[in-house]
Amino acid sequence: MESQDIKITIIDRDGVSHTIDAPTDMAMNLMEVVRAYELAPEGTIGICGGMAMCASCQCYVLSDHELPEMQDDEEAMLSEAFYVKDNSRLGCQIQINPEMDGLEVELAPES
Amino acid sequence: MISTDILIIGAGPTGLFTVFEAGLLKLKCHLIDALPQPGGQCSEIYPKKPIYDIPAYPEILAGELTEKLLEQCKQFEPGFTLGERAETIEKQDDGTFIVTTNKGTKHQAPVVAIAGGLGSFEPRKPLIPNITDFEDKGVEYMIKDPEIYRNKRVVIAGGGDSALDWSIFLADVASEVTLIHRRNEFRGHLDSVEKVQELKNIGKINLVTPAEVIGIIGNGHVNGVAVKNAEDEKEFNIECDHFIPLFGLSPKLGPIANWGLEIEKNAIKVNNALDYQTNIPGVFAIGDVNTYPGKLKLILCGFHEATLMCQAAYQIINPGKKYVLKYTTVSGVDGFDGTRKEAPKAVVKTID
Repeated sequence: MESQDIKITIIDRDGVSHTIDAPTDMAMNLMEVVRAYELAPEGTIGICGGMAMCASCQCYVLSDHELPEMQDDEEAMLSEAFYVKDNSRLGCQIQINPEMDGLEVELAPES
Repeated sequence: MISTDILIIGAGPTGLFTVFEAGLLKLKCHLIDALPQPGGQCSEIYPKKPIYDIPAYPEILAGELTEKLLEQCKQFEPGFTLGERAETIEKQDDGTFIVTTNKGTKHQAPVVAIAGGLGSFEPRKPLIPNITDFEDKGVEYMIKDPEIYRNKRVVIAGGGDSALDWSIFLADVASEVTLIHRRNEFRGHLDSVEKVQELKNIGKINLVTPAEVIGIIGNGHVNGVAVKNAEDEKEFNIECDHFIPLFGLSPKLGPIANWGLEIEKNAIKVNNALDYQTNIPGVFAIGDVNTYPGKLKLILCGFHEATLMCQAAYQIINPGKKYVLKYTTVSGVDGFDGTRKEAPKAVVKTID
């Protein structure tokens, strides 16, 4: 089967920018991509495993891609998280799809 | 001093299953956990969420898994030190270890099994500049003794279950309860949300939303908080004796990181070719807390690691003593409490 990788730019917590290839056919979300490339130390991201229950994968969306709409649990978690900005999202709630080619995000500080 | 054969740090699924496997080898276990209840993440973060990869359970809720594990290991009478964090480890001349908690409880055992998951759960502290100056001087991140709030003015911040539940509880204890949340919506159970609404309507809870506490006011002790309305950005003060921010818990490896263990990627390196022992002989690390080439943080892998670790613990505790693997179906399970589980005997009867 033909599968398509897309380019995503992720600025890690030290301010270093990484442009990486993310597969679109493995049902991965943005948090999992960050872990797969080890752009944040294990144990500091994706703590709850991707249930929108810990906010350790919070990131700021820098590009103007249209992303899936926020569900109630993500919105609720972000309302309790720290360092939240208007462009905050939880990486675990953003499924990678071909339309996200060129997406640019920055990881929020650890808390 | 609490004495046992295997001291398990962490009462999550891996730690609980260790009790069962150790029991089959007639080894006693005692568990320490920073949380007030057993189950680890399964009971603290996602008790109502299903797990689909526990062998033979097509679907089981995390909370239910904890109950089943407790039931399975019950006859081996595990001891528990809950609500305390393992702080220090000291090797004794006789080869045993003494592990002391943050509350000073001492435990002695020849084998220590760290099944600490992602670490011990610590309260998440809000980013208020002067908050640390007031810790234990009116700022509490966890409610340990609700009586200290009797007839006091209390401000609670947060939007989840614990913020709601404690607001409800303290409405009958404190002289004044104010609940502050960044949004108008709350994330808790529906009946908790409705109860808060009810208490608000009769004036027993002051609800301040959408707003955020941005500062603590006081001289040596809290006597108020500075609050900012999230809509019009107006700032105002609320007088109070206690400020309780309840923003959930986050796991930290914590003091274990200073035990002289080899740490890699926030996890403890172990010998996965043999027994999951760490660089300190007699200290093992099992489940999510360990790392080795190919490691997968899965509950089912923790069960396997616990089983092999118990064999090595047996050798340390009973040096040179012979042992042969027994199947529970054949040998049954003899509990330390005198109970016995065994397969029913086959019926031998002649057919005329």
